[in-house]
Amino acid sequence: MAKQSTIQQAWESKNSAPYLKSSRRGLDEALVREISQNKNEPEWMLERRLQALELYKTMPKPAWGPDLSKLDLASITYYAKASETENTWDEVPEDIKDTFTKLGIPQAEQKFLAGVGAQYESTTIYHNLKQQFKDQGVIFEDMDVAVQQYPDLVKKYFMKAVPANLHKFAALHGAVWSGGTFLYIPAGVKIDLPLQAYFRMNAKGMGQFEHTLMIIEDGAQGHYIEGCSAPRYGVDSLHAGCVEIYVKSSARFRYSSVESWSKDAYNLNTKRAIVEADAHMEWVGGNFGSHVTMLYPCSVLVGEQASADHLGLAFANSGQIQDTGAKVIHLASNTSSNIVMKSLSRGGGQSIYRGEIDIKARAQNVKVSVNCDALLLDANSKSMTIPQMKIANNTATVAHEARCGKISETEIFYLRSRGLSKEEAETMIVNGFVEPITRELPLEYAVEMNRMLKLEMEGSVG
Amino acid sequence: MSNLLEVKNLSVEINEQEILRDLDLKIETGTLHVVMGPNGAGKSTLSNVLLGHPNFKVNTGQILFAGQDVTNLSPEERAILGLFMSWQQPPEIDGVALDQFLFLAYKNIFSARDKAWIAPSVFEFSEILKKQAESLKIKPELLKRSLNVGFSGGEKKKIEMLQLSLFNPKLAILDETDSGLDIDALKIVAENINMYHQNKGTVLLITHYPQILEFIKPDFVHVMVKGKIVTTGGEELINNIKQTGFSSFIK
Repeated sequence: MAKQSTIQQAWESKNSAPYLKSSRRGLDEALVREISQNKNEPEWMLERRLQALELYKTMPKPAWGPDLSKLDLASITYYAKASETENTWDEVPEDIKDTFTKLGIPQAEQKFLAGVGAQYESTTIYHNLKQQFKDQGVIFEDMDVAVQQYPDLVKKYFMKAVPANLHKFAALHGAVWSGGTFLYIPAGVKIDLPLQAYFRMNAKGMGQFEHTLMIIEDGAQGHYIEGCSAPRYGVDSLHAGCVEIYVKSSARFRYSSVESWSKDAYNLNTKRAIVEADAHMEWVGGNFGSHVTMLYPCSVLVGEQASADHLGLAFANSGQIQDTGAKVIHLASNTSSNIVMKSLSRGGGQSIYRGEIDIKARAQNVKVSVNCDALLLDANSKSMTIPQMKIANNTATVAHEARCGKISETEIFYLRSRGLSKEEAETMIVNGFVEPITRELPLEYAVEMNRMLKLEMEGSVG
Repeated sequence: MSNLLEVKNLSVEINEQEILRDLDLKIETGTLHVVMGPNGAGKSTLSNVLLGHPNFKVNTGQILFAGQDVTNLSPEERAILGLFMSWQQPPEIDGVALDQFLFLAYKNIFSARDKAWIAPSVFEFSEILKKQAESLKIKPELLKRSLNVGFSGGEKKKIEMLQLSLFNPKLAILDETDSGLDIDALKIVAENINMYHQNKGTVLLITHYPQILEFIKPDFVHVMVKGKIVTTGGEELINNIKQTGFSSFIK
């Protein structure tokens, strides 16, 4: 018998979303035009949407990876308009605040964090940016607003790192994308505190297609963090977001995310960074929830001495497939990448590490380190490692380590012999296992991630 | 004096193989016992079963501890009642900070023993811990590190001794505590065991290697062969074993 925790209640509960009455399911040109018109978009954006739609129609679903045959793309609601954009925390609807509270999400505004953008359905309801960033020329905006206010920047970078023809869901995203975050950090500006946004989706059968576009100019530094949570509901739900990050020469950027989509959602997210000379990109990610997740953040190292770190954690529970990993394309010499992935499986869940390292012939003296650890919490769960290495020259140094094991009975027994309950012992071992990831997150997120782990572990006494 | 531990007619199997057979053992409060025996005699099984390892199946018999039948209690319930084992090879657990683990264990044990107990703050606990570590010559930085990860054999044993002092158990089972220690570490460990014993602690030392017995004086010595206690006597048994090994006990 599972205990009802407050987090679980929040996960199970869903708020009514009456404004969805007018939304419709399925996708056609009329809907794409409607989205664009609703947002009062310039002509060029509508054209891009329509081009993406054409690609979407012709491209097949990926033939590799988890089974997507039960994902009925014709029954998804692709666009819903929520209430008007909110500016202050006071104006955020109470039921949304309630859910945030149940999930233990910190009210970032009250804390030291820099700014918050929360996406409710497809429209940003809350956005706050500190004055000091404005003074520094930092732009931290809702993506829809950025299209209107910074068309030149958006036009130059939008869907260039992740082109619509990359795969079917990138094309879908290009046609129906809505909302998301735009960040621009001018050359030389360094932001110490993490910028953050909180996303959720909350209506039955509804997809979410937010677009995140970040441009970090020469020598600039920043950290963006977002968390996603979603209450669960009965109809298959689709999330096909897109993240594009441009890290210019000598810039440093970290993108952190904690995702916990509802357990019937398909989370088919595409994330890519273009990293220039002497620049550094870091991906830190925690994936919980979803029915099927396919997520492989990609770094394209285009300039000499560019480097990337990929740190990831995935938890596959009952009925879930976490197909996650990393992709790094080394296009220039003396570039380096470091991948650390941890996965947990329990209750029959499946964790798959899928990684690709692509070292081009002209990229000399490349260094790569890949480290995958899988922990199985019971006998009927599964884990797989599918690493792919394409190395086109003989000057590269590539190290790949993979470990997979069951949670150690000896370790559990040891901790129990010192007065810890079985659950406490397991939770402590699991928290220890993921510690290399959680220690890279800001405290609130690390705490929240540990809460998620605890929730996932509840009732794990076998 | 009353028996702190009484093992009656205990038969135990694992993977359908009987390891302990009709084993009897009585330990009075405040005494120091040594169980010796050749490899494969079932010494480690005995300590694991006393501690409540879930993989061992008790077929017959009983374990009475502090006046209570503990045969079916969980390891954590036994720890709270005051059973403690210093492990021969304590596990290394990545990412589990030693001090955080000890704080949780400390709170669990003492709050369950005494409902009126008030837990120390993190700061107070770290002071308690520091003091204990100092007396064992444990480097303070070890306390912040992952449990036993990269610790030397001697450091691991000292951390076990630290927990013996911290949790103040009624019975300390010491499983091959002397293996893998250099002479200085061995002396510190022996000193700690003697101190615990002098403070009315009851000790069950399990070993096949009698070096530590140069520093510790037992009240009783038991010889274990093929899952059974075959002989019980005093210190003189140790000299017997030193001279002729266990062969004279194997019939």
